[in-house]
Amino acid sequence: MAQTMQSRGPVTGTAATPKKRRKFFVLDFYGTAVGKKYVMAITGIMLLGFVLVHMIGNLKMYLGAEHLNHYGEFLRELLVPIMPRTVVLWLMRGGLLVAGALHVHAAVSLTRLNRQARSVKYQGPRDYQVANFASRTMRATGIIVFLFLFWHLADLTWGWWNASGGEGEFVRGDAYGNVVRSFERVPVSVLYIVANIALGTHLYHGVWSLFQSMGWNNPKFKEWRRYLAVAFATLIVVGNVSFPIAVLAGIVGK
Amino acid sequence: MSHHLENLTLKIWRQSAPADGGHFESYRIDSISDEASFLEMLDVLNEKLIDEGLEAITFDHDCREGICGTCSLMIDGQAHGPQRGTATCQLHMRTFKSGDEIVVEPWRATAFPIVKDLMVDRSPLDRIVEAGGYITATTGGAPDANIIPIPKPVADAAMDAAECIGCGACVAACPNGAANLFTAAKVSHLNLLPQGQAERWSRVEAMVETMDEHFGSCTNHGECEAACPKSISLDFIALMHKDYRRAKVKNRKLISQI
Repeated sequence: MAQTMQSRGPVTGTAATPKKRRKFFVLDFYGTAVGKKYVMAITGIMLLGFVLVHMIGNLKMYLGAEHLNHYGEFLRELLVPIMPRTVVLWLMRGGLLVAGALHVHAAVSLTRLNRQARSVKYQGPRDYQVANFASRTMRATGIIVFLFLFWHLADLTWGWWNASGGEGEFVRGDAYGNVVRSFERVPVSVLYIVANIALGTHLYHGVWSLFQSMGWNNPKFKEWRRYLAVAFATLIVVGNVSFPIAVLAGIVGK
Repeated sequence: MSHHLENLTLKIWRQSAPADGGHFESYRIDSISDEASFLEMLDVLNEKLIDEGLEAITFDHDCREGICGTCSLMIDGQAHGPQRGTATCQLHMRTFKSGDEIVVEPWRATAFPIVKDLMVDRSPLDRIVEAGGYITATTGGAPDANIIPIPKPVADAAMDAAECIGCGACVAACPNGAANLFTAAKVSHLNLLPQGQAERWSRVEAMVETMDEHFGSCTNHGECEAACPKSISLDFIALMHKDYRRAKVKNRKLISQI
């Protein structure tokens, strides 16, 4: 290995080194890049769970307006009467908000660290061997999904732009009608399809990557990690993209 | 039968000092044997430059048989060139074709400042090893060989990690300038073996945190594994991540026993 010209620090761990004062356990862990990757992976798993359940729940759309709206009401009434109405839903939303915020914070600080780690870029062209489109575009697809999330909430939860440019009006609680009103506008459907393909690309790398970050590489399932990533990403994209197509094709409608 | 390659163009990074901006300079090789290694080709070019009264190109090299980890070079955008599982010294000119233009650049990472031309200072890798790449052993007479039983799969895995020659190709190839593969190899070859157990948890914590001071973070592209002249597996990175997580708990427990 390279010889150094600088003065050397203590050579072994037995040398008396002043003990670094450590922060609180979790903050100390989060302070390192490896710890941040753990947070990326754990919050990623939480968001994956949401994305999967959200897609499965929306499949109710194919059973008709009553079923989907009933499912929406069920979410608001989770654990009633132990808990008051919508409390559990808000707890889950809170958890997802925290997970999302941590996911983004870890991503931003790791990106900054990585930029600093190569302050002068390669001046000639790089020839990547195994890094794929998904792994190279995690930041871009992540930003697309983040911006889409805002649009999605404004469209179908807050109803700001739900029917602008289309017919009818946003009706709170009528999830089915709102979806149909929104997706009848072709540009909106295209936006949903593009955003979901970006989401799928993000998941294709994320689902595989989280196993490495979590240190899960048991030989028993190691080979299946990539297949799982492909299957999960495909499932989510096919399910989610089917909704706008179904509305445009008239399968789901008034 | 040896053949010759004709009319090669080399675009080589020249930089007179660490603070100098540096630039690519083109050199022509009229004819070179395809049996020459890449470094021998640079030797021939340097002889020619010296004959012409020009300054020779500085590059790192030592054993020239792929075991010392001294040679480096980003060749056509790939660490150690286009051949998998070999260092630059084991890359031969038969890998290229007549008329090729070959771009040669030094490793680039903030932790590896350029000393001159193609030579970089890789001492941050030494800092990582110093932080935990040792075991405690009794002094005195040499112990009997094989006195500690080690399961064969464990010995094999430790040997695979110990193959790391510390060249820094993983850092050079990583789009993030991360040293996770190097550190994982250095952690794992001791953490897997019985002899490394005493320092297992302090080692991984110290080495990972020293790595953090110099390098980027792992985003699991896998470029390091592809560039590694010893083809060290990404599995060791997962193992290091796992041991780091466990160390965070275990080290606190160990301290509280005092």
